[in-house]
Amino acid sequence: MRWHLWFALGRGRNGSGNYYHCRAQHVAPTIKKMKNKIVIENLTLQYADGKEALTDINLDIPANATTVLFGPAGGGKSSLLRSLNRLNDLADVESITGKIFLDGENILDPKTDVIALRRKVGMVFARPVVLPFSIRGNLTYGLELAGEKRKSRLDEAVESSLKLAALWDEVHDRLDDPAIALSGGQQQRLCLARSIALEPEVLLLDEPTSGLDPISTAKVENALVELKKEYTVILVPHSVQQAARTSDYAAFFLQGKLIEYMPGTEIFTNPKRQRTEDYVTGRFG
Amino acid sequence: MQKDLNWQEYVITRLIKFSGYSAVIFVVMIFFFLLKEGLPTLSEVPLGDLFATRWYPIESYYGILPLISGSILVTIGAAIIAVPFGVGVAIYLSEIAPRWVRDMLKPLVELLGGLPSVVLGFLGMLILSPALRVILNLPTGLTALTGALLLGGIAIPTIVSISEDALDAVPKSYRDAALALGATRWQTIWKVTLPAARSGVLTAVMLGVGRSIGETMTVMMVTGNAPILANSLTDLLSPVRTMTATIAAEMGEVANGSTHYHVLFFIGLVLFLISLIVNVTASAVVFRQRKKAERVLS
Repeated sequence: MRWHLWFALGRGRNGSGNYYHCRAQHVAPTIKKMKNKIVIENLTLQYADGKEALTDINLDIPANATTVLFGPAGGGKSSLLRSLNRLNDLADVESITGKIFLDGENILDPKTDVIALRRKVGMVFARPVVLPFSIRGNLTYGLELAGEKRKSRLDEAVESSLKLAALWDEVHDRLDDPAIALSGGQQQRLCLARSIALEPEVLLLDEPTSGLDPISTAKVENALVELKKEYTVILVPHSVQQAARTSDYAAFFLQGKLIEYMPGTEIFTNPKRQRTEDYVTGRFG
Repeated sequence: MQKDLNWQEYVITRLIKFSGYSAVIFVVMIFFFLLKEGLPTLSEVPLGDLFATRWYPIESYYGILPLISGSILVTIGAAIIAVPFGVGVAIYLSEIAPRWVRDMLKPLVELLGGLPSVVLGFLGMLILSPALRVILNLPTGLTALTGALLLGGIAIPTIVSISEDALDAVPKSYRDAALALGATRWQTIWKVTLPAARSGVLTAVMLGVGRSIGETMTVMMVTGNAPILANSLTDLLSPVRTMTATIAAEMGEVANGSTHYHVLFFIGLVLFLISLIVNVTASAVVFRQRKKAERVLS
């Protein structure tokens, strides 16, 4: 991925991209053929302060892949992410129209069980938010809320989720310590593990590595590679480089509009739209 | 010019220093005044008589236990009413109410906090106590319960205002994180927001309770002022007399330097010690929690 990006940057400067036009045909878009986990139709979202955060978004997100939503700040990426688990319900949303189907069911329907939805669609935030419990308590909290009481089941979830988030080796001997004592990178992986412990079907990550050092970032990214085998991962990356490294599919957002949506290998090497190209090549951002 | 500036600097520094020290000096001076006027009691009245159950100064019965029990009863009653209600209102304002409701209610609640206590006493005498007498079928409406209800009303604005600030200071990301895990709104408030704001809420409760211990005018008007020893919460329905009301009512007609005069100061001393204990306990709890958090963070 790094390699593609490097060339993409070079190409931007030279202004000639013929080679990549040829190459792009080998990686024909396969989005339509994949099983779509989430289908977004004509989604428009407006906040109470008059700002339109999303304008007529249509997006199909395939299962068992990492879909990256990227673009400059204020482009509506987070708003879209927060619509997918209805966390926007509490924000000052003036109106939200359109449909979001998760496994064929419209989650924007007022009758949707929001609590159940949020258990199915986990979320990790930009800044790690550990709850004021022990490490174990953080991991089991969601399950306990869901009514899980069997200790064996909880212990199992703690171990498997920590292993998936690449944190088990560092904390397995001090699970009852306060979670706040962990370092920033560990806290973020704990938040990741906390979401995984609920065994969601979709994992939303909103710039999960923005506050982390490169080593922790690499650990989180490696964990994502493991995770997408079982989950549908939707990631707002904190840089174009990370978008290029992690994406199977990538959607470029600009000022609330979806500009371009393609397999990741393609969008970073051979974007069709001028504005996408300008962004991935670093002409603005 | 330079010299001018230095001089100004010197004066301002000294003034600020003096203001800082004066707070300490005044508290110490008040304490010594109380000691000077109150301690002679110990030589004039035997301890056994002082901590007895009969308060009838005209015949030299100086048992202050009924007064202490009266104050404690009314304060506990007020706390039972004000703490859940006040924290509840704070949670409503900070977590549940729409913004415009909050913007309207919070100043109103704070305005309520500025209401002179004598006005509340009026309301208590004219409306609350007759109503209680009729509803509960009591011989008199001037009871500890009446005082507790009104003191609760006095403590609530303090508790609401400070707890609401504490709850509001909890980062939004905490709530998002709990909600994203599938917590309901109530679970989020109870398990995440409230524990995170706990030291602020505790301070609010202590300040509110502190206000009700020290409150004088309202209780003097509505508690009936009968110095009867209160043994349990059931005595809420009978008249009591608090320490503050006793001092306020009797200080005006007591001979300067008499035993009665000294005993009244001794009561003031006891009151001072009680508030000191409440405050020290509260700050010790808050401080210990903060230290624990710091240890964890380092």
